[in-house]
Amino acid sequence: MEKAALLETITALIPNAKVIEEGVDRPAIELPPAHLPEAAKLLHDTDDFAFDMLCAHTAIDRIDDGKFELIYQLYSTKFHHYLMLSVKVDREHPVVPSVSSVWRIAQWHEREVYDLFGVLYDNHPDLRRLFLEDDWQGHPLRKDYRDDFMLTME
Amino acid sequence: MGIEQTAPAPGDSNSNFLLTTLDDVVSWARKNSLWPLTFGTSCCAIEMMMATGASRHDISRFGAEVVRATPRQADLLIVAGTIVKRMAPVLRRLYEQMAEPRYVIATGSCTISGGPFIYHSYTTLRGISDVVPVDVFVPGCPPRPEALFYGILTLQKLIQEEETIGKPGYRRKPVTAALPPNMSIDEIKEEMAKLLEQQAIVKDPLKGDSTEFMRGR
Ligand code: SF4
Repeated sequence: MEKAALLETITALIPNAKVIEEGVDRPAIELPPAHLPEAAKLLHDTDDFAFDMLCAHTAIDRIDDGKFELIYQLYSTKFHHYLMLSVKVDREHPVVPSVSSVWRIAQWHEREVYDLFGVLYDNHPDLRRLFLEDDWQGHPLRKDYRDDFMLTME
Repeated sequence: MGIEQTAPAPGDSNSNFLLTTLDDVVSWARKNSLWPLTFGTSCCAIEMMMATGASRHDISRFGAEVVRATPRQADLLIVAGTIVKRMAPVLRRLYEQMAEPRYVIATGSCTISGGPFIYHSYTTLRGISDVVPVDVFVPGCPPRPEALFYGILTLQKLIQEEETIGKPGYRRKPVTAALPPNMSIDEIKEEMAKLLEQQAIVKDPLKGDSTEFMRGR
């Protein structure tokens, strides 16, 4: 689907979705965390969208706003269109529903984000660290992360 | 005897004639058949592949083109790239598995000091000399293949000049470059810190303005 048509259909189906216009060149919408699972299911299952592939999932630490912005990049191998999902969660209580029941690859992506940012995923089957040692303290990609090893210019 | 007169003068007085010559021959063979281990961790590895694999910079001119995929058959470890905390034990184990005498060339500023990842990195090692003993450092980010070759030639020179059969792998360690006159390491560090701050390359996002931090990048 074309960008405008795609966004229109999505906002009609998911009333809570807000279209992001600034700083993006692909269709992008923002969702409240609570609506993520049903929206993910809709985007995956509806024949018009058929977003059957989660290309990437990552996070941005927006420390000035006190939020983590979670990014989901979706792709449809049927229609070859893309969609960016953005979900903002509170930095103090970063809990979001997992989308791993919709896209199974999300299990690994979510483990990575948990490892480096400390975002917690509800209903994730196996939320462990992915890269760092199991006894690592803290989540190093948070902007306020410091440890004894790290050199900073103070 | 005539043969003694034409022989090269022995390096130290208590080694005998036959041994010195053998030393020379063995060192000559050794230095011209360095077998590197296939090992590369990031961008420097691409440059090293240019040197070892590509036709333009032909590493076999120096007899070091037999890149082995197992440490047990290799005697030269070219550490090309960033080493992080999780890679360090692996690197050490590979080094220990290599046949003696073994040599280490470290290429790139990452292996010297942590390079571009020296600040605000939770995992990049600031130099690898704590993990493996390095014979030759090749600076650059990444060093050009010519620089790597210069490193190999330097290593060959070290092997030829300083090794004996009795002490394989013995070199004057570590190899350090001379500082400019009238300057101390601390002064250089201070100057670097000032420059970095001036250009706003490194700013603490907690203290300063974090948009400034992004822009400085
Ligand atoms: S020294 Fe530069 S080129 Fe080499 S690994 Fe480090 S960052 Fe990459």
